Amino acid sequence: MEGGSVILDESGNELESAVVRFAGDSGDGMQLTGTQFTQATAMARNDLATFPDFPAEIRAPAGTTFGVSAFQIHFGSRTIRTSGDAVDVLVAMNPAALKTNLADLRKGGLIIVDTGAFTARNLSKAGFAASPLEDGTLEGYRKLEVDMTRMTVEAVKPFGLGNKDAQRCKNMWALGLVDWLFGRDRTINEDWLKQKFASKPEIADANVAALNAGHAFGETADMSREFRAFVVPPADIAPGTYRALTGAEGVAMGLVAGARLAGLPLLFTGYPITPASALLHLLAPLKDYGVTTFQAEDEIAAVCAAIGGSYAGALGVTSSSGPGIALKTEAVGLAVATELPLVIVNSQRGGPSTGLPTKTEQSDLYQAVYGRNADSPLAVVACHSPGDAYFAAIEACRLAVKYMTPVMFLTDGYIANAAEPWPIPDFEDHEPFPVAFRTDPEGYQVYARDPETLARDWVKPGTPGLLHRIGGIEKHHLTGDISYDADNHQKMTDNRRNKILGIARDIPDQAVDQGREGGKVAVVGWGSTHGPIGRAVSNMRARGHDVSHIHIRHIWPMPPNMGDLLKSYETILVPEMNTGQLVTILRAEFLIDAKPVNKVNGKPFRIVEIEEALEAWL
Amino acid sequence: MNIQTPASLSPKDYATDQEVRWCPGCGDYAILKAVQKAMADIGADPANTVFVSGIGCAARFPYYMETYGFHTIHGRAPSFATGIKLANPDLDVWVVGGDGDGLSIGGNHTLHAVRRNVDISYLLFNNEIYGLTKGQYSPTSRPGTRSPSTPHGSLDSPVDALSFALGVNARFVARGIDRRQDHLPGLLARAHAHKGCSFVEIIQNCIVYNDGVFEHFTEKEVKADMQLEAEHGKPLLFGKDREKGLRMNRHTLELEVVTLGDDGVREEDIIVHDETNRTIGGALARLKPPDFPVAIGVLYCSPAEQSYEQAVLSQNRAIADKARTKGDMNALLHRGATWEVAA
Ligand SMILES: Cc1ncc(C[n+]2csc(CCOP(=O)(O)OP(=O)(O)O)c2C)c(N)n1
Ligand code: SF4
Ligand SMILES: [Mg+2]
Repeated sequence: MEGGSVILDESGNELESAVVRFAGDSGDGMQLTGTQFTQATAMARNDLATFPDFPAEIRAPAGTTFGVSAFQIHFGSRTIRTSGDAVDVLVAMNPAALKTNLADLRKGGLIIVDTGAFTARNLSKAGFAASPLEDGTLEGYRKLEVDMTRMTVEAVKPFGLGNKDAQRCKNMWALGLVDWLFGRDRTINEDWLKQKFASKPEIADANVAALNAGHAFGETADMSREFRAFVVPPADIAPGTYRALTGAEGVAMGLVAGARLAGLPLLFTGYPITPASALLHLLAPLKDYGVTTFQAEDEIAAVCAAIGGSYAGALGVTSSSGPGIALKTEAVGLAVATELPLVIVNSQRGGPSTGLPTKTEQSDLYQAVYGRNADSPLAVVACHSPGDAYFAAIEACRLAVKYMTPVMFLTDGYIANAAEPWPIPDFEDHEPFPVAFRTDPEGYQVYARDPETLARDWVKPGTPGLLHRIGGIEKHHLTGDISYDADNHQKMTDNRRNKILGIARDIPDQAVDQGREGGKVAVVGWGSTHGPIGRAVSNMRARGHDVSHIHIRHIWPMPPNMGDLLKSYETILVPEMNTGQLVTILRAEFLIDAKPVNKVNGKPFRIVEIEEALEAWL
Repeated sequence: MNIQTPASLSPKDYATDQEVRWCPGCGDYAILKAVQKAMADIGADPANTVFVSGIGCAARFPYYMETYGFHTIHGRAPSFATGIKLANPDLDVWVVGGDGDGLSIGGNHTLHAVRRNVDISYLLFNNEIYGLTKGQYSPTSRPGTRSPSTPHGSLDSPVDALSFALGVNARFVARGIDRRQDHLPGLLARAHAHKGCSFVEIIQNCIVYNDGVFEHFTEKEVKADMQLEAEHGKPLLFGKDREKGLRMNRHTLELEVVTLGDDGVREEDIIVHDETNRTIGGALARLKPPDFPVAIGVLYCSPAEQSYEQAVLSQNRAIADKARTKGDMNALLHRGATWEVAA
């Protein structure tokens, strides 16, 4: 079972799943190495999940522990739900990488080190008094010590690179070795190198040579039995066309799809912030998809421009992370008051304040649901994985245009950067939700509402005969004229509230992900905890426990059956990467004694952590 | 979208049925009148016109214009206007706000809308005070301004709206005065005709909280001597008999006031206004009483080839035309390496 219980069979070497982590200096190209190994692994039909872990500093001094960049991949012959608890194979390109990653390696795991980088200088930069390769630090692990630096330089000699450029190829040497270790076909890596360095053929050739040399080393070196190739058989994967998808890609394509299904151009606005910037970068080139991107002077300008865009008839979407979302708050209130569509994407990160920009957390749930002045209700939708992000983003767009409301869309740093194989949907299968702008002047009133959705009409400026003024001052519930009338304010407040609550009638009932309705324990989650909760619950169920998994996409309003569903269990556990936000909302909304399970160390839950929490209640 | 201009509308056709809620005697009334007149003169299509404002007394403006209108939040009107223009560049967008709105809380957005050159007409009503919040001093208040928040006089040095705009590369900078109904509508028509961001400071008297701060150049008796109407191609003359003018002092490179006939000063010595000259525009913007008159009119105008949103759109179009995917959603979903899993 997943979660530290994977056994590397030392003689048979057939594994159900394995976790490999590439760790090195930021300059060592570990992210590329990891992505390439991911491609080769996906081709080998393993299910997989990946997670990059890079430093907050752009160019941390070489060799330091805070400059270590890592990429983890978990792959296997069965459904993979997380990027893995414990590492089976650690590739450490220097002492600092070994130092910062060793703790995550399971006992008996394999360490591959580049001894060429274990110089006195690097050892001292990493804070080792003596070489960990010799002083017993690695007792209990298996190690493969190779002077990759030297072997790489030798392998690329024919291409006439300078020493520095030659050494740059050592990540490909490492990739070649790991490809060999797991029996991966490295053609895809080779093709990619040739394409990437098409304009510099000597660099392409050198990298391919390094890749091949690493692979050949595995094949021919007289290595002891314990290092021979592992076999991870293909998973039982549904047939179809697949691609690797990161959460940021999922959100980006979901927004484009959402705008297309609404029949609107997309105006996407943002101000750079980690980890939200990726969305801006992904959307900026998509001009043939009717996407206009706007990098504003700050987050306030970004949200205001998005609202301006919606006012003028586009789908306005703005994106940021917690601190930037805070800046947008006042303008979001205006979109609530003027009842204009808007999607606000929050790629959550660790906080408060600047916090941990590159680490993940889900601590902006209160901010999303409650975080505005006054009674300013809006819809909140959360995605739980890269693939889910695509569909959840479409749903956010649908709600925004159908209900003329801002929708807060929650993702997080983990989902944004994580990748998974994705069965590519057919766009033609999606249900369109075309917007009908009002053009008929007959009987038009600014705040007259659709009786079913309670949404007001969307009128584009430029439309003859429908001239009107909107704004943040309270308005008459029909005419839209300024109104300070007490009863009218009560009515408008009720309208705004009822409109949002009414969305509950338009969303699916809350389903049970695993297990059944009713029973002993339900683990209730939202967002990126889906993977670890899912695996922990399936492990516990395999051990015969009565545990179910419920994962909430529609955070606000919640599906109409939510209260009854939750009350059908004896115990509700709510694991969150915060100090207990969803749990508070569930307690408040449904008067249930839900129990929090919390973690905020910048890292996703480990499966065992959830299993341990569960054990106390079974 | 090119909507036919409706057959000649009169200024009052641009007025809404809403009760105007400014204090009696407020300069905003005069500006509203001038704008409505300008709209009629231009023949503006109300359906294609949007007034966007922030918050403040001035920012109530859209409610009184029979056009589309968006009363937004304090200081951010330029950002909303930018989004509107990006979504529909064919709309005629006016931004209205006070000195606090545009230069204090919204200074950043004003800066960026101006330097980006979004095609909007930005009317900044400068009453040198926060009217709506009951009279605190503002970033344009002169030092020593006594207000509820500065009972002993303000201490900080003010910003000059037009120098600020020029400093961030404004391409159209003008100044008008609420009381100059003879001058203001024409100025507004000029601002409207300019493609790109036109920045207009309108001197506005707040009769309740800052009454009379502009008297020294707006009162009937002094205005000829204290207002200089800049006109492109004409010498910068002022005074009751247009006997005074501006000359460049060759030693200090500063403007100086001279009187025709004194010390042999002739009309040829007077600077001829050239709207396209930034140096002249900047120097005029900075002129302050009592030593100088206040310059009004179009101080600087030098249109760029394209406004911001036009540039964005043409880039979008050019890239889209070249794209092989032609907006095909399934092509987007299949981007990058894909692989088949057989049944
Ligand atoms: C975020 C925010 N902060 C403060 C205010 C209060 N406020 C409203 S208008 C205003 C200043 C108005 O001054 P100005 O822009 O010069 O307009 P005027 O009323 O003088 O026309 C202030 C501080 C507000 N509405 N919103
Ligand atoms: S407070 Fe001043 S600016 Fe505001 S409406 Fe009254 S007079 Fe005009
Ligand atoms: Mg003011």
